[in-house]
Amino acid sequence: MSDFYPESGPAGGGFAGNAPGNVPEFSVSEISQAVKRTLEGTFERVRVRGEISGFKRAASGHLYMALKDESAVLDAVCWRGTAGRLSIKPEDGMEVIASGRITSYPGRSKYQIVIDSLELAGEGALLKLLEERRRKLAEEGLFAEERKQALPFLPQVIGVVTSPTGAVIRDILHRLADRFPRRVLVWPVLVQGEGAAEQVAAAIRGFNAFPADGGPLPRPDLLIVARGGGSLEDLWAFNEEVVVRAAAESRIPLISAVGHETDTTLIDFAADRRAPTPTAAAEIAVPVRRELLIQTGELERRLLAAASRLVAERQERVEGLGRGLVDPKRLVEEMNQRLDERAERLKGAWTTLLRDWQARLDRLQASLPHPRQFLAVRAEQLAGPAARLDYLRPRLLAERRQEIDGLNRVLESVSYKKVLQRGYAVVRGPEGAITRPEAVTPGLALELEFASGRAAATGGSGQPASASAADPTSAKKPAVRKGKKKSSSDDPQGSLL
Amino acid sequence: MADNDIPADIRKMSFEEALDELKAIVGKLEQGQGTLDSAIGDYDRGAALKRHCDAKLREAQAKIEKISLSADGSVSSEALDVE
Repeated sequence: MSDFYPESGPAGGGFAGNAPGNVPEFSVSEISQAVKRTLEGTFERVRVRGEISGFKRAASGHLYMALKDESAVLDAVCWRGTAGRLSIKPEDGMEVIASGRITSYPGRSKYQIVIDSLELAGEGALLKLLEERRRKLAEEGLFAEERKQALPFLPQVIGVVTSPTGAVIRDILHRLADRFPRRVLVWPVLVQGEGAAEQVAAAIRGFNAFPADGGPLPRPDLLIVARGGGSLEDLWAFNEEVVVRAAAESRIPLISAVGHETDTTLIDFAADRRAPTPTAAAEIAVPVRRELLIQTGELERRLLAAASRLVAERQERVEGLGRGLVDPKRLVEEMNQRLDERAERLKGAWTTLLRDWQARLDRLQASLPHPRQFLAVRAEQLAGPAARLDYLRPRLLAERRQEIDGLNRVLESVSYKKVLQRGYAVVRGPEGAITRPEAVTPGLALELEFASGRAAATGGSGQPASASAADPTSAKKPAVRKGKKKSSSDDPQGSLL
Repeated sequence: MADNDIPADIRKMSFEEALDELKAIVGKLEQGQGTLDSAIGDYDRGAALKRHCDAKLREAQAKIEKISLSADGSVSSEALDVE
């Protein structure tokens, strides 16, 4: 604390506080300077977390603001030279961590922090910043599909940008060894913290700067930029513009493998391919050697088989054609024979022709129709209707017969003979049917008709047997219903009806 | 067969290019197309492509190096031993 006692302290020495006369006396400037020195010496480098308020950009380019929390306020200033390098643009209400030194402003009896760097505090703020940056870089076209380069099928040399220690490089190398061992150049970098982003960017650019051939080291034909999982802040270097730009500009195809599957950093958008993990990056980078060996072995086998089959087929064809070749002398003999045969056939040709014509004439003659044939045709035409007539005639007769039979049945049903069948009889005299008793005179010849036949009778002499039930005639008389109906009302025997 | 039997144009091919051409030649020969002369030529080329592919597959080497930068910016490498 002796610093507080300026060189202009009391010449006489002694102990402070002993007496008012012994307390050193400062000028305002002196004490202000002393306070300043103390502040700057004690708080040379601090990180202060707070919310920005009252942000102002002065015409000079310096930034003025205050950092505050629930119970205190700290003025802050950021000089123009630093302001341009800040990673974030300060805004009121932003939760930040400011790094810098505490100093005082003696002219106003104020103390303040002079900001060297600003970072966002809190995940929400970081994500917001990330999204803004992503949009800005996307608008520049850094993430465009047409920028993406195809990865080589089988890279000769793989450049890996990552930490040289730890699980990530081990995972990548192990998986490469399993699938297809390759020459790997590891560019060691910090993957987190101050300077990490710059190192990663420099490594990507460094690999790209290798001459295509003739350099001390071969230029990789594939890059992997990898880092293990971590918090958003841990992975932040891979969101920095310098890294994203270096990845986007890389002419060597680049695989990004930062964090775990769920982590997405901006380098993933700029990379030609994004791997969910470092191990997956190795799998994307190289094919499996064993499978390729099997494949080429199989192709060789097919090549041999196809080629030998091709030769064998041609050999067979040549042999077949050879068998087909014949002796020319035999060919001439054969031709000779054919000539003789033709000559022979020519001789016979004329008679054959005549015979042919004769035959044709005969055929034509034979096919001339005779008038009888026309008659036959007509007769045939008639035969049809005649047959139909023959068929219809009996049917017409049968229909008529049925009609007559029907009528007859009706007639029979109303005939008096039906009544006779029930036991009645018809009495007839010489004048016909007798329907009244008075008409029966003694000795009159009568004929009685029963259902089964007729009998002769003679009229009696007595009175008409009005009441005798035994009198057969009286019993019969009323039987003829048709003729007697009208008189039966005054007939004493009408009750019998 | 020695690798120097392989024609220069094949030697410049990547593994993938050589494999694709080999597949095409095998397919063509299996269909029995072309003259005998061209078939023999195809076979020879197919065999050379296969040798080239084999050579590429034999190149499997696991050489792991770490880049180091010297003060003047030139790069060199040293073996990296990752357990």
